[in-house]
Amino acid sequence: MDLIIEGIVQAFKLLLQGDPEVLRVTGLSLAVSLVATGISLFIGISLGTAIGLTRFWGRRFLVSLVNTGMGAPPVVVGLIVSVMLWRSGPLGVLRLMYTPYAMIIAQCIISLPIITGFTMASIQQFDPKLRLQITALGASRVQMLALLLRETRLPLLAAVMAGFGSVISEVGASMMVGGNIQGQTRVLTTAIVLENSKGNFGLAIALGIILMLLVYIVNLVLTIAQQRSKAR
Amino acid sequence: MKPDSTAGIAVEARGITTILGGQKIIDIPSFQVRDGEALMIIGPNGSGKTTLLMSLALLIKPAAGEILYHAVPVQTPKQILATRRRISVLFQESLLLSGTVWDNVMLGLRMRGVKKEAAKPRVEKWLKRFGVANLAKRQALTLSGGEAKRVSLARAFALDPEVIFLDEPFTALDSPTRRSLLEDFEGVLRETKVTTVMVTHERNEALALGDRIAVIFEGSIVQTGTPEEVFSTPATEEIANFVEAGNILHGVVEGGSEGLATVRVGQTEIEACCELPAGNRVILLVPYDDITILLTPPGEKTTSARNRFPGQVVRLFPTGSQMRVTVNCGFMLTALITRKSAEEMGLKEGVSVVAAVKAVSIRVIERH
Repeated sequence: MDLIIEGIVQAFKLLLQGDPEVLRVTGLSLAVSLVATGISLFIGISLGTAIGLTRFWGRRFLVSLVNTGMGAPPVVVGLIVSVMLWRSGPLGVLRLMYTPYAMIIAQCIISLPIITGFTMASIQQFDPKLRLQITALGASRVQMLALLLRETRLPLLAAVMAGFGSVISEVGASMMVGGNIQGQTRVLTTAIVLENSKGNFGLAIALGIILMLLVYIVNLVLTIAQQRSKAR
Repeated sequence: MKPDSTAGIAVEARGITTILGGQKIIDIPSFQVRDGEALMIIGPNGSGKTTLLMSLALLIKPAAGEILYHAVPVQTPKQILATRRRISVLFQESLLLSGTVWDNVMLGLRMRGVKKEAAKPRVEKWLKRFGVANLAKRQALTLSGGEAKRVSLARAFALDPEVIFLDEPFTALDSPTRRSLLEDFEGVLRETKVTTVMVTHERNEALALGDRIAVIFEGSIVQTGTPEEVFSTPATEEIANFVEAGNILHGVVEGGSEGLATVRVGQTEIEACCELPAGNRVILLVPYDDITILLTPPGEKTTSARNRFPGQVVRLFPTGSQMRVTVNCGFMLTALITRKSAEEMGLKEGVSVVAAVKAVSIRVIERH
């Protein structure tokens, strides 16, 4: 019990004192995960909309791939990205291994199927009669897409939450492709693992609380946005 | 020079076949909607009414044939989009989107690139015309069924369409809402004279709104004509049955003279006005409201009606202020009389009556 209380006290101390290392780790966590979620959103919404709206040969296979990807273990993603970015790997020439960019790539691969899957499902669930009415009103393809995304904004915000949640909390891939290098690729999750292995439970708990607060604040903002648009 | 046969034709379907789910739904060699007319499409469930409407409104692409608007074929995606922006389509459901009522009515105008200043008076005018101006700021998805339908009508008319297509628009509404909406809609049609194509299965709607009626059966147009023509002189037994034109009796012409034929129906001889040779198999259509029920004993000459069938009342069925009286005269004959008459005559099951029908009231359809 003392351990937990000590952890909580330490967390507030670190936050209030503005410990530079903690701030750097928190900042990098947030930056990597937000960029990865942003990229996944752009690709995932486009891809999910395309799969949701069109019928083509191999569609079912693609859908099953997306669904499988939604449950892909981060360590497997980390392994694949490591192999690709390894010095002797196919993309080794880019020299991205053990950089935040490698972590962004890995996190993109983790969140992309989640955002694609959510988008696909919400587009497919959209009332086909309403789609027909939009077409009948004289919508061009672009106007139709814009309206579809507007009308499905609630599930799409849920996709953003799920996508961000999956990457901010993952540790396996970040550890494998980032290397947990202090000052360079150390993020909250990898720092927690490190401090835990060193027996610094107090610091580990403190970082855990910061991570939870971060996740809560981002989700709170998204939830407020979601509920506002629901009321509209 | 040949006269232009397409002049005054707003929409035309030429040789269209529409296939959905591998099944041929409609197969229509030729179909025309005239400028400014209100054309009602009627037919039983699954006959292809909606598919025909959707094909004409360019929302379903026919597998074969072409759709023309003012004699111009609409084929390319660009032409289809441009034509869709000249028409309005209303479905059974109101299908409003999230946002305010105002946003919904503005939507089609925005898609057509109409500037806000030009769109505003149009939206105001049609919201007011359909009695929903006070709801402009309300969230569209919180409206009642009747309010939502009025908004969807305002949205359709705000587009100032050349043709308006409606697919059973008043079906899902309760009776008073439907009646008041129908009155407003009828008024708007009279004012705007917009070309209208409407699918309905309501006889009264078709009669109230239609200049012409097209009857569709199993994907084919089987009769077109004025409401009077279709309801009074249906071309086939199926149409007569569907439009509930009256009692349908099967018989054979036995003979006749001076335009009056004697038709045998079972053991009874019925006189009807027609000039068909003896031996012809015919269908007699006896309108419900052209039958008079008499309490006078048979044989007495108290009516000019050529046909007097003695029988017994077997069923009384009240429908509003009227009563459907079914009499067994050797064949079943249903008459529509006022409830008041039925009460005054003391009609009840088992009472002996005479059903009288004028020969001129009976329509004769030749069986092929």
